[in-house]
Amino acid sequence: MKAAQRMLTGAEIFFECLREEKVEYIFGYPGGATLKIYEKLHDVDFLEHILCRHEQGATHMAEGYAKTTGKAGVVLVTSGPGATNTVTGIADAYMDSVPLVVFTGQVPTALIGNDAFQEADIVGITRPITKHNFLVRDVRELAETIKKAFYIATTGRPGPVVVDLPKDMLNSSCLYSYPDQVNIPGYKPRYSGHVNQIKKAASVLADAKRPLLYVGGGVIMSHATEELRALARAFNFPVTMTLQGLGAFPGIDRQSLGMLGMHGTYWANQAVNHCDVLVAIGARFDDRVTGKISAFAPDAYKIHVDIDPTAIDKNVVVDIPIVGDARKVIPALHKAIKKARDMSAWWARIEEWRRACPLSYEKNDGKLRSEYVIERLSEATKGNAIVVSDVGQHQMWVAQYYKFNHPRSHLSSGGLGTMGFSVPASIGAAFAVKDRPILSINGDGGFQMNIQELITAVAYKLPIVFVIINNSFLGMVRQWQELFYDEKYSFTDLSDSNPDFVQAARAFGMPAYATDDPVRVDALIEKGLSRGEGPVLLEFKVVKEDMVFPMVPAGAAISDMIVKRLNPERMM
Amino acid sequence: MKHVISIHVANTFGAFDRVATMFSAKGFNIHSISIGETEIREVSRMTIVTSGDDQLIDQIVKQLHRLIDTIKVVDLTDHEHVERELALIAVNYQKGQLEEIKNISDIFRGFIVDINNKTVTLEITGPPAKINAAVNVLAPFGIKEMARSGTVALKRGEQLAAQKKEVA
Ligand SMILES: Cc1ncc(C[n+]2csc(CCOP(=O)(O)OP(=O)(O)O)c2C)c(N)n1
Repeated sequence: MKAAQRMLTGAEIFFECLREEKVEYIFGYPGGATLKIYEKLHDVDFLEHILCRHEQGATHMAEGYAKTTGKAGVVLVTSGPGATNTVTGIADAYMDSVPLVVFTGQVPTALIGNDAFQEADIVGITRPITKHNFLVRDVRELAETIKKAFYIATTGRPGPVVVDLPKDMLNSSCLYSYPDQVNIPGYKPRYSGHVNQIKKAASVLADAKRPLLYVGGGVIMSHATEELRALARAFNFPVTMTLQGLGAFPGIDRQSLGMLGMHGTYWANQAVNHCDVLVAIGARFDDRVTGKISAFAPDAYKIHVDIDPTAIDKNVVVDIPIVGDARKVIPALHKAIKKARDMSAWWARIEEWRRACPLSYEKNDGKLRSEYVIERLSEATKGNAIVVSDVGQHQMWVAQYYKFNHPRSHLSSGGLGTMGFSVPASIGAAFAVKDRPILSINGDGGFQMNIQELITAVAYKLPIVFVIINNSFLGMVRQWQELFYDEKYSFTDLSDSNPDFVQAARAFGMPAYATDDPVRVDALIEKGLSRGEGPVLLEFKVVKEDMVFPMVPAGAAISDMIVKRLNPERMM
Repeated sequence: MKHVISIHVANTFGAFDRVATMFSAKGFNIHSISIGETEIREVSRMTIVTSGDDQLIDQIVKQLHRLIDTIKVVDLTDHEHVERELALIAVNYQKGQLEEIKNISDIFRGFIVDINNKTVTLEITGPPAKINAAVNVLAPFGIKEMARSGTVALKRGEQLAAQKKEVA
C-alpha cells in the first residue's frame, strides 16, 4: 500500500529517498548550497555521514564502498568548487563502471547562469563522464529523480549519476511519496543473452582445442564469479583476468593464468596468442590488454559477452556477440555445453610457458624489493585481504604478486589510472568490510595526492594498513623514461623532495614504521595487521630503479613481450 | 558512406546537449543536425547526417541507444525514406538580373521571400542534393548569406512506432 502523502521540504524528501534506497553512508563535505541538508542531517539516524577532507576523496571513498559491496556509493558536496572537486572521481567511476550517485549543491534556480557566487555548471561539466545526470528544477520531481538516479547507476552497466540540487529545491515543500518504480522509456537494459547466440557459442566451445576465458570486471560486478568458477572447472578451461577481473577466479588455482596484457604474465599472453577460441566475458578489449589489435588472439574465434552493446565490436570485431548479464549468460552457456575436448595437450603447452618465463626478481643481493613486499603481504593475509592499490609500478606488482582468492577484493583505478585513488578508496572499503584486513598500497608519489584523507581514517578509527612502496621516484614514469625516452629522468626523481612519511603519519595520529631491510618485512607486516583499531602506516624503502616486467611496449603485439630487464648490468 | 540517423529523444533538459556531447567526446563527425517537435509532445526528433564505415556507424547507433534520453534510434539509410532540407539564400543582384534569378528559383520550385535593392532572398526546399545544385547555380551572382536547416527525414510509410512506448 502506498504511504499517505505528506508535505515535506526538499531536504526532508532527500533523506526519505535515501532511506528508501537503504543508503548506509554518505561521503561528503558541507557548504553554502547544501546547508539545508546538513541542518536536517543533524536529526537523521538511519545513515551515517562520513566527513572527507577533500571532495575528490569523498568520490573515491564512495567508489571503494561501491566496489566492495556492489551497491551505489553516495556523495554529497556543495556547489561550485565542491562540485568541481568531484570531477576526477566521477570520471574514474565512469571509466571503471562504478555505481555512484553524486549529489551536488547548486545556486538557487533564479541565479543559475548569472555567474552567482560558487556557481559551476556541473551538469554540463560532467555530461561526458556520467552515465546520466539531472538538474532538479521542480521540488515535485525530486523524489522521482533520486529514484531514477539510483536505478540508472546500479542497473545495466553501472556508472556514476550526478543529481544537481539548486538551493531553493531544498527549502521549498511539496507532497511527498516515493515512486514504486520508474519508467524511463529510453533505458531498458537487456539481461539474458540471445538463446541462439549462446547455443552457437556453446558448440564452438565444445569443439575448441585451445580455449581461453578472458575475464573482466563485468563478471565481478554482475556477481557471476561462482558461475564462472563452475564453468571453468567443469571443462578445465584456462582463465586469464584483466586488472579489474582479478579475484573473479582464485589466483592460487592452477587454472588461473593471472593477468593478461601490458604487464600480464608471459603464459597468459602466450595463451592469448595461441588460443583457438577466446571467450571475453565482462571485458572490453582495452588497449592496455590487447596491445596491437591486429595481433591480438589472431587465430581465435572470438566470443564476447557483455551487458553493454557498445562494448561489442568497439575495439575488436568478434564472431559471436552476446549482449547480456554475465550472471545469466555464463550458466546458460555452461548448460549448453554437453562435453568439451580433452585439454591436456593445451595445458601442457601453457605449463611450458609458465616454466619458461616465471615472474621473477632478484632475491639474493640483500636489497629490499617491491615484489617481495607484495609477496609477503599476500602470504600474511592468505590472499584474503581487500587490497586497494594506487597507480604506478606498485599497482602492477600487486596485480602480479598478490594472489586474490575473492572477488571485490582488488580495488584499483584501471580505466582512468587516477593517482591518489588508494588512500580514500580504502577508507570507503573499510566502512563496507569489517571482517577482513584492508591494505592500501601506494607509491611515494601517489600517496601524497590524497594524503589529507589520512585524518579521515584516524577520525573514524578505521583499521587500514597503509603501505608505501617508496622507491623515491615516480616509478612508472621513470620506467618509461628509461625504456623509451632516452633515459631523460625529467621530474621523476623525488629523492630530495619527499616528506618524511613516518613523521607525517604520526602527525595525523597513527603509528608508523619504516624499513629498508628484507629481513624486517614480516615483522612490520605483523605489526600492521595486528593493530586492532585505527590505521597504521608501513613504509618500505625499496631499491630505486626497478622496473615492472614482463612488459608489452604500448602499441606492440602482445607476443612481443620484454620479459627481462634490457640492461642487466644496470641492476643495482 | 553518408548515413541519415533519426533519433527520438525525450524532451528533457539537456537531451540535445547529451547527443552533441557524445558525438564530440567520441570523435564522431556530424554533417548536419536538426531537431524539432514530433507528433508526441514529450518527444523530439533529431536527424543527424554523419558518415563512416559500417563498424563506425554501428558504434554510433549503439552509443546513441546507450544515452538514457534516447527512445528510438533508426539508421534511415537502411530503409526507404524521404529526405528534405530547407535553405534560405540571399543573392546579390544587379540591374536586369532579377528575371534570371526568378527563373532559377522557379526551376528549383523555390520562392522569393524577401527583396531589397541589392539582394533577393530565395527559399528552396528539397533533398540536400537539389539544394547543393541550386547553390551552385546561384553562386555566380554572389551569395551574400545562406542558412540551411540541415536534413530532416522520415521513413516511408512509417507506422509511428514510437507511440507504442509510453512516455513518463
Ligand atoms: C593524477 C595522475 N597524475 C599523473 C599520472 C601519471 N603517472 C602514472 S604512474 C605515475 C608515477 C607514480 O609514481 P608513484 O606513486 O611513486 O608509484 P610507483 O610507480 O613508483 O610505484 C605517474 C606520475 C597519473 N596516473 N595520475
